[in-house]
Amino acid sequence: MKPFAYHRPTDLAQAAALLASTPDAAIIGGGMSLLPVLKLRLAEHAALVDLGRIDGLRNITAGNAELSIGAGARHAEVAASPEVARTIPALAALAGGIGDPHVRNRGTLGGVLANSDPAADYPAAVLALGASIHTNRRSLLADTFFRGLFTTALEPGEIITRVTFPVPLAAGYAKFRSPASRFAIVGVFVARFAEGVRVAATGAGPCVFRVRHMEEALTGSFTGQAIAGMTVAADGLNGDIHAEPSYRAHLVGVMARRAVAAALAA
Amino acid sequence: MDVALEVNGAAVRHDIRENTLLVDLLRETLGLTGTHVGCDTSQCGACVVHVDGRAIKSCTVLAVALDGSSVTTIEGLAATAGGDALHPMQTAFHEKHGLQCGFCTPGMIMSAVDLVRQNPAPTEREVRAGLEGNLCRCTGYQNIVAAVIEGARVMRERQGV
Repeated sequence: MKPFAYHRPTDLAQAAALLASTPDAAIIGGGMSLLPVLKLRLAEHAALVDLGRIDGLRNITAGNAELSIGAGARHAEVAASPEVARTIPALAALAGGIGDPHVRNRGTLGGVLANSDPAADYPAAVLALGASIHTNRRSLLADTFFRGLFTTALEPGEIITRVTFPVPLAAGYAKFRSPASRFAIVGVFVARFAEGVRVAATGAGPCVFRVRHMEEALTGSFTGQAIAGMTVAADGLNGDIHAEPSYRAHLVGVMARRAVAAALAA
Repeated sequence: MDVALEVNGAAVRHDIRENTLLVDLLRETLGLTGTHVGCDTSQCGACVVHVDGRAIKSCTVLAVALDGSSVTTIEGLAATAGGDALHPMQTAFHEKHGLQCGFCTPGMIMSAVDLVRQNPAPTEREVRAGLEGNLCRCTGYQNIVAAVIEGARVMRERQGV
């Protein structure tokens, strides 16, 4: 890694001031995405602002209608949280399947969302559940947050503080994972609300996306049968050594049906 | 930058470069070479240590970020179990021959101990899932899994050491 200055603010105002006053500063959460990139010198920053010492950024609270998770909550904490298990068990299961145990002991929800890796698990849940991403400046709906490959609506120096999830009637997540990295080759999260069903796919394209025709079919009938044989267009999907675009398109249908089955079994 | 840690029960304080990884502080500065660097890309798990009781990959964490934390490496593991020469999990790896070349073994054992502290009686499937972040290129994992199940049994008998 190239040398950098390191700052460990203890509150959000300090963190924001450091980010505003330090040229080329990057935010670091758990570092599970940023540190490998720095080590490989794919990126370098003059300074890192570590959010790990800011109080209150890791709290998880739940009412009947909403689950609130601090941006600094580790994946292992979300996976083990009784509040998450009581309100959105599919989200706890998703968090428990990210990476490996060591990654889950360090990686944070906010870090995953800010990075917007095309194969990350959390974006599927955040988009399908219609979550709100709260920052130190404003609140963003998931539908407007994810903009593209490693691209979000966050402005320079903006800090994710918390994510609030509406509690669905039922939800499920299924992923076809890379056995080496445990990232999603394709992952699909389905969430059923009184007003309709939302479906989001990660791993398939450059950025998480909703699958509207499946949402319509599942809103009519929340069964695997309702989306039998359904897939998505392969145009523009990711292709690599593990899976070509047409295979990923097929997997979106398979994972969606497994996610519905998981939601119905819960 | 100054960093103060407790490493294997002893207070240590060093002035280090901000970009020092925990594994480099352990190996280069403190001479604790039982923690290995395998892939250096957070895949293989040879570098796993405990920070405040939880297993992490020391090749992918900044030492300065852990200021004030307690770190346990393979060298300090036995002392957490009452001071025998070996921790019950180390003994189980010995007895079940859960290793061949031994390079991955420190990380395997540190991961296994955290796994068993979270889940005192893991099934074979749970052990395999719990070791997903640790790669062994010699053994095919059979004896490693058997060792973790045996180590868990002894840890249960001795009440979660």
